[in-house]
Amino acid sequence: MAYLELDRVAKQFGTQTVVDDFSLSVGKGEFISFLGPSGCGKTTTLQMIAGFLDPTRGAIRLEGKDLTAIHPAKRGLGIVFQSYALFPHMTAAENVAFGLEMRGVPRAERSERVRAALAMVGLAGYEDRHPRRMSGGQQQRVALARALVIKPSVLLLDEPLSNLDAKLREEMQIELRQIQRTVGTTTILVTHDQNEAMSLSDRIVVMSQGRIEQIGTPQETYEKPASAFVSQFLGKTNDFAGTIDRTVAPTQLVAGSWRAPAPAGLGGPVTVSVRPERIGFGDTGLSAKIITRIFQGNHWLFQCDSECGPAIVIRQNDGKAQPAEGDAVRLTWRPEDMSVRARAGA
Amino acid sequence: MSMAAEERSLRAPWALTAPALMLFVGVLLIPLAMTVMLSFHDWGQYKGIEAVFILKNWHEIATDPYFAEMFWRTFRIAILTTLLTALLGAPEAYILNRMSGRWKSFFLLVILGPLLISVVARTLGWALLFGGNNGLVNKLLMSLGVMRSPIPFMFTETGMIIALAHVMMPFMVLSVWAALQRLDPQIENAAMSLGAGPATIIRRIIMPQIIPGVLSGAIIVFSLSASAFATPAIIGGRRLKVAATLAYDEFLNTLNWPLGAAVATLLLVALVLIVIGSNALIERRYAEVFR
Repeated sequence: MAYLELDRVAKQFGTQTVVDDFSLSVGKGEFISFLGPSGCGKTTTLQMIAGFLDPTRGAIRLEGKDLTAIHPAKRGLGIVFQSYALFPHMTAAENVAFGLEMRGVPRAERSERVRAALAMVGLAGYEDRHPRRMSGGQQQRVALARALVIKPSVLLLDEPLSNLDAKLREEMQIELRQIQRTVGTTTILVTHDQNEAMSLSDRIVVMSQGRIEQIGTPQETYEKPASAFVSQFLGKTNDFAGTIDRTVAPTQLVAGSWRAPAPAGLGGPVTVSVRPERIGFGDTGLSAKIITRIFQGNHWLFQCDSECGPAIVIRQNDGKAQPAEGDAVRLTWRPEDMSVRARAGA
Repeated sequence: MSMAAEERSLRAPWALTAPALMLFVGVLLIPLAMTVMLSFHDWGQYKGIEAVFILKNWHEIATDPYFAEMFWRTFRIAILTTLLTALLGAPEAYILNRMSGRWKSFFLLVILGPLLISVVARTLGWALLFGGNNGLVNKLLMSLGVMRSPIPFMFTETGMIIALAHVMMPFMVLSVWAALQRLDPQIENAAMSLGAGPATIIRRIIMPQIIPGVLSGAIIVFSLSASAFATPAIIGGRRLKVAATLAYDEFLNTLNWPLGAAVATLLLVALVLIVIGSNALIERRYAEVFR
């Protein structure tokens, strides 16, 4: 049974619909990411779960109980804000203790749990520091400890890593995942960073313009994007215009001079999506010319001009000779490495 | 670095600040020093000012209880005005900060209003509201049976405090507002998610963070109220004098300039000491919030 359930949730501000028809069920202990560009409604959805906004339509249930009927202060959710929103006039320990104090936890137990929470996020010994005297990463950890110490039913993370520099962000990602695995708290992460979503989550909810584009494991959303938006948003992709040729038997999928047996259930104009790292140089296939070749250490990046438009190809640096700029090449890929969608408006 | 270049880099800051420095010295430091000097001069009904160095004026201020009463009244009015602006201004700023854009700018203008009106018009306006039996508010309160006799306003400390609090309010509101701007916009949500109710959020989260704003507003209001001249002059007149009107009277009515200078100097020194002292206290106490 679903632990946290969102049932056709929608939010309107005036006439503008920010979130529409959002349905999701989250299992206990799951790590879910809401992924999408800014303005896609992911933060609004998170704020509705937190209770800072009321949904216009739909229901949010936690363990079968209607969450929207409960005041945000009584929901018992842990939230880490993008700006951390630490209390600057309190020390790290006082910040973490605040939620326990509000719950009437006795002093002795409180200080024990605060110490344990700070130790868990690697801040043992920082109890008496004020937030403004801590680095961004340390403040981030205090905010995490403050949210986790109340043993929340769900942990909500609102772009928690976006204010950190790239290296620290990567470290925190690993640590966040480890902490979440240890305490087993059901977690929802809002992010616009596809790498962050992919490396942390059990499942990703890809959103665009207030709607869910796809729900799936990181691998599913990457390998089998449900829409053009998903394939564009999650990593780089090549979209080639093709057609399904029914005049020959068996029917064939044709994109330029590349052809393969057509997948079932589709006809007419289609879009063929292939990830750059799945394209190889062969003897047959899409004919193209290499415009630029960029060496990036462990791989080569080729920008090509193909008969179906521009294409990007990534090849592992396996020590073999690679085609040079200006070379004419044939681009080829295995049929299982592409996703084919009906092309609209053609 | 060569010697010449080093010398040049030392001279440059002085040369660049010289014009402002000279203006500052000319219009502020020299008159101030002359006032202090003046307070040590002698004065007589028939001989006028004598440029000697005596402690007569200071001795008079220190021993005559009349002056003690004046200064005590001045600071009592300033303290009560400060308390009144803090009690009304801090909630006012908090409410203002939570308003939506259009209303916020409208009410900000209302709060700034007193500063845009001439002190004479504003104070006489208050006198029309409260002054004597015919004051609008007094008439209303009496006809409603709330009180039998009118609230005394003219020539009273109450009147001065009300009128001063009105014009000082913008300084308090703006100062608290500046402190509120530094607040993390999510901080109330953060406290709420941890289980705090509205009263707890204000008491435990908002108040401690705006107290420095209240205190710096209080310093401004206190020093401006203690040295205010126009409002006490109109409401208190010659009957209810404060330090500023006292100095004015010594200068222009009694013509005892040295005594007036001594009063003015004492007021200045007392204010500077109070402001510097409380500022240091605040900055030490709230070091973490100010960072």
